[in-house]
Parts: sequence; C-alpha cells; structure tokens
Amino acid sequence: MEELLRIMSEVRPDIDFETETRLIDDEMLDSLDIVAIVTDVNDEFDIEINVNDLLPENFNSAEALYELIRRLQYE
Amino acid sequence: MTRNVLEYLERSADRFPEKTALEDDHEKVTYAEYIKQAKAIGSYLLRNGLEGYSNKPVAVIIDRSIRPVITFMGVLYSGNFYVPIDYSLPAERIRLIYDTLQPVAVIDGRSGSNKPVEGAILFEDAVSEAIDEDLLKKVRSEAIDTDPIYGMFTSGSTGVPKGVVICHRGVIDLVEAFADTFGFDSEMKHANQAPFDFDVSVKDIYNAMRNGASVVVVPRKLFSMPKQLLEFLTEHKADTLIWAVSALRIVSDFKALSSDIEKPDFRYIMFSGEVMPIKALNYWMEHVPEPVYVNLYGPTEITCNCTYWIIKGRQDELKALPIGKAFVNSKVVLLDEKRENRVTKQGEIGEICVGGSGLALGYWNNPEKTKESFFQDPAVTEHPSLLYGTGDMAYYNEEGDLVFAARRDFQIKHMGHRIELGEIEVALNAIPFIDTSCCLYDEKRSKIVCFYQSQSDDVKAIARFLADKLPKYMWPNIYKRYDRLPMNKNSKIDRVRLKEEM
Repeated sequence: MEELLRIMSEVRPDIDFETETRLIDDEMLDSLDIVAIVTDVNDEFDIEINVNDLLPENFNSAEALYELIRRLQYE
Repeated sequence: MTRNVLEYLERSADRFPEKTALEDDHEKVTYAEYIKQAKAIGSYLLRNGLEGYSNKPVAVIIDRSIRPVITFMGVLYSGNFYVPIDYSLPAERIRLIYDTLQPVAVIDGRSGSNKPVEGAILFEDAVSEAIDEDLLKKVRSEAIDTDPIYGMFTSGSTGVPKGVVICHRGVIDLVEAFADTFGFDSEMKHANQAPFDFDVSVKDIYNAMRNGASVVVVPRKLFSMPKQLLEFLTEHKADTLIWAVSALRIVSDFKALSSDIEKPDFRYIMFSGEVMPIKALNYWMEHVPEPVYVNLYGPTEITCNCTYWIIKGRQDELKALPIGKAFVNSKVVLLDEKRENRVTKQGEIGEICVGGSGLALGYWNNPEKTKESFFQDPAVTEHPSLLYGTGDMAYYNEEGDLVFAARRDFQIKHMGHRIELGEIEVALNAIPFIDTSCCLYDEKRSKIVCFYQSQSDDVKAIARFLADKLPKYMWPNIYKRYDRLPMNKNSKIDRVRLKEEM
C-alpha cells in the first residue's frame, strides 16, 4: 500500500491519497493522471490493468486501486 | 455575403428547426430553441446595461454542458464578444485574466449544481428574458466581419496570460474551408472533447452550426475511462471527433478499441495540439479504418488551423507525420531566423509564419506583445500585410508538405496546451524557500521537469503552491532539487547541462 501511495503522490503531490475517496467522481484525477498512475502501477506490481478495469469504482480511492492490484496479482 | 456567424445559426434554424443542435448528458436543444435562447440572452444583456456597448468583452463562466455555447451566441447577439472562463482555474489566474480583460459583464453559463459566482448574471435569468427583435436587428445592422467574436487566454512568458482576440471573419473563413476541403454536411454529429476555453472546441461549435449538424458535449470524466467513453459515443451516435491528440491517445494507450465493445460508426477523426505518435495513430487506423483521418495544425492566432494533412493508410513509425499544406485562403510560409527571407528549399528549416483572413486581431490590451508577434510580411513592401510568427520550426519534405521540427523558444506543447516554461519559472521563483528554478520539457516522456535550488525538498509544498497559481496542465511532473543549480559562462542557469541531466 505504501508503494502505491508513493506512486500516486509522485503523479499528484497536491492530493492526499490516504483520505480521498472520490478521485474520479469529483474529477480530481484527470485522464493523464490515470495514464501515469496505471503505467507506473503496471511496472511496479508486474500486473496489467486493462481497459475493463478502468472503472470509477476502481480508481476513486487508493484503497480501491490497491484492491484491484491484489485481485490482478492473484489471477 | 456572410459577415457574422449568427447568420449560420439563423440559416440552420430555418432549415432544421426541430433537429437537435446541442446536447450533453443532462439536456438538449433543437435549433429553434438554440436560437430562441441565444436571442433572449442577447436581449437581456442589451436591456441590462450593454446597450450602446459594442465589441466589448463579456466573460462567460463555462462548464461541460451546452449552456456556455448558447450563452456565447447570446453575447454575440448583444454585439459584443465572449471570453470563456473556467472557474476551476486558480483564483489568482482568473484575477490576472480579469485585470487584462476588464469585461463589461460576467455571465455564469454553467448548469445548476455550482454555486453562482458573485455579481455574475445567471443563465436562467438571461434566458427567460423576452426577445426584442427590433433591438437585435439594430445591433446587427452595424456588424462587420472584422468585429471580435471571442477571446482566448494563453500562457505568457512574463507570467501574465495573453488574450488572443479572433474576429467573425476568421471563424467564417475556417468553417468555409473545412466544408470545402472535407465535405462536411448536416448529417454529422460532433463529439465535443475540448473545453470551451480551448480553441479546438470552436471547430465543433461553428462547423456544426454552419452545416446544421449536431454537437454532443462529452463529460470530462469519461476521458479517464476509455471503455465508458466509447460506449457514450456509440450511444449518442457521434461520428466526428475533432480532438486534442492527448484525448485520442487515452483510447489507444489502453487498447480500448481491441476490446469486444461496439465501436461507433466514425466518419471523421481529426486531431491537433501536439505531435501525434505514429504508434497511436496506426492503432486507431487498424481498428477503425473507415473514417477520414486528418492531422491539423495551427496556432490560436490564426483561428484554430492553417494547415492540414489527410492521412492515407498506415504510417511509417520512423517518419514524422507531416502537418501538410495550407488551407484554402491561408498564407503559410517559412521565414529565416531574422524573419527577413522566405525559406523554400526542401529540407531547410524555417519558422512557420501565417497570414490571411483567419489572423487574430491581436492580444487584448497588449500592444507590445501584439507588435512583437504580428509583423509585416517581408515579401510585401508596397502595402501593409501582416504575418504571425508561430515560433514553430518546420521544413518541406519531398512531397512539398510541411513537417514540424522543433520550437524556436521556451514555449512547449504539453497535453495539447501551449505553455511558456518561463511562466512556470516565474511562479516557482515566487515560492519563499526556492532560490531559483528552471523548467525543461522531456519530450520523449511528455513530462515537464522542474530543477530548483533550495534547502528544502518539500515537493508537496511546492505542488500546493503552484496549484494556487497555475492551471494543472502547467504543473511540473518531475522535481529535481539542487543545492546549487549549474551556471554557464554568462552566469545564467546552464540549461544545456540540465537537459543532459534529465
């Protein structure tokens, strides 16, 4: 989780990812942030987040994204 | 002859009164409603203080709904011009824009949910005004095609944004050229991606208005979720994308077209704003081969675009995508470093300079910058004839098409936006714990790299500070702290060395 928070903060140092839960719904992250985060996450966790995983519910919070990563690691 | 864009609206409202003109994910208007609401807003403005004012700026607060577009037309009916303002920008930047602009009125053109801006006219109030046809007719009778139509603010190197002012003739020239060149018609449905304070959106609004076609405004958050984006386009039967390169790349980067979802029936896919990576383009063309693909090029100062290149088939990944040839009725030339002589030899690099009916009137309230950027064509000595120097360096390839090579200054193109690196540096240097700074652009990775000299490495604090001053697309993506930044012989920050360290 710490690794994920580091990646997200690097892309957007201005956002507190430990507390935010409406990253997509409130348009805090835009498309280019998502691209940057997904690229780094794929590299760092050796997974592939594909287009079907790109849903608001998977990206609204760091926790949700972490769950997605765990799920993809199991597969 | 057409001398005001509202004539397009009037013609389309006559031809297709019941057809949907504009829609977003909450509401839609037919052409009959579109014109009625625009006339009501125009009448409201004239009756509430603007009678007697003409060709003055009216700020319109925008969102991703159809209302700002209707409001723009309302402003034009009042005989004035509109300047779209995005209130999600830092307050400091909005203040700088207002300082330069001195608008005669501010209209909150957003739909519903937002808290209205203090002192702004509300869309709901303006749109319920009774139409005063006589008054509108009188205003129109005085219109000429060099009247300003809109102003758009872009990054300025000294830290103050510049307001490019475009005239009706520029927009008329643009949409007539598009109709002639690409065969646009009334059956089209434009999916609007670009925000309304970004001139790519001008092409959606006015091409559709001229041809009696429709525009659907795509909600911003769909651009993070490519699958839902494609579903939206299919559901709304959108067939024409005139988008920023970065938006098309979202779809290709995530290989969204490879998934088993239904693909919309695209007719036209056009892009501009920055260099399109060939890989991304080939991916698109492989998965949706039917539409006409066009690479468009041009600075805001020439009314959107001045050259185009129709892409025929898969492109060689090792070659640069040409920006092509001038649109009909546009002058596009290459000039040497001193802006004295034309560069015409194949392969030789010169600065792209443009002229013609699409040329901006200048920068609002900024005669110095206007004089610097708009200059006499050196090939014309007998009468005034202006060119705009884009700062983009290019050359002619073997086919005689223009190919973009580099920038001549510190301006960059990032996420489709023109950015003066100097403007970011001005903001950085204002941070108390930063001694000095330098920003460079890593083109390979599309990232703004900030080199700063400071005893503190609190990147979060820097980011928060910049968030109050600059729009998001200007924030650096990578920070590198130095105890001392390297200097060159002239005691300036050594940009060459920093570039190597990038």
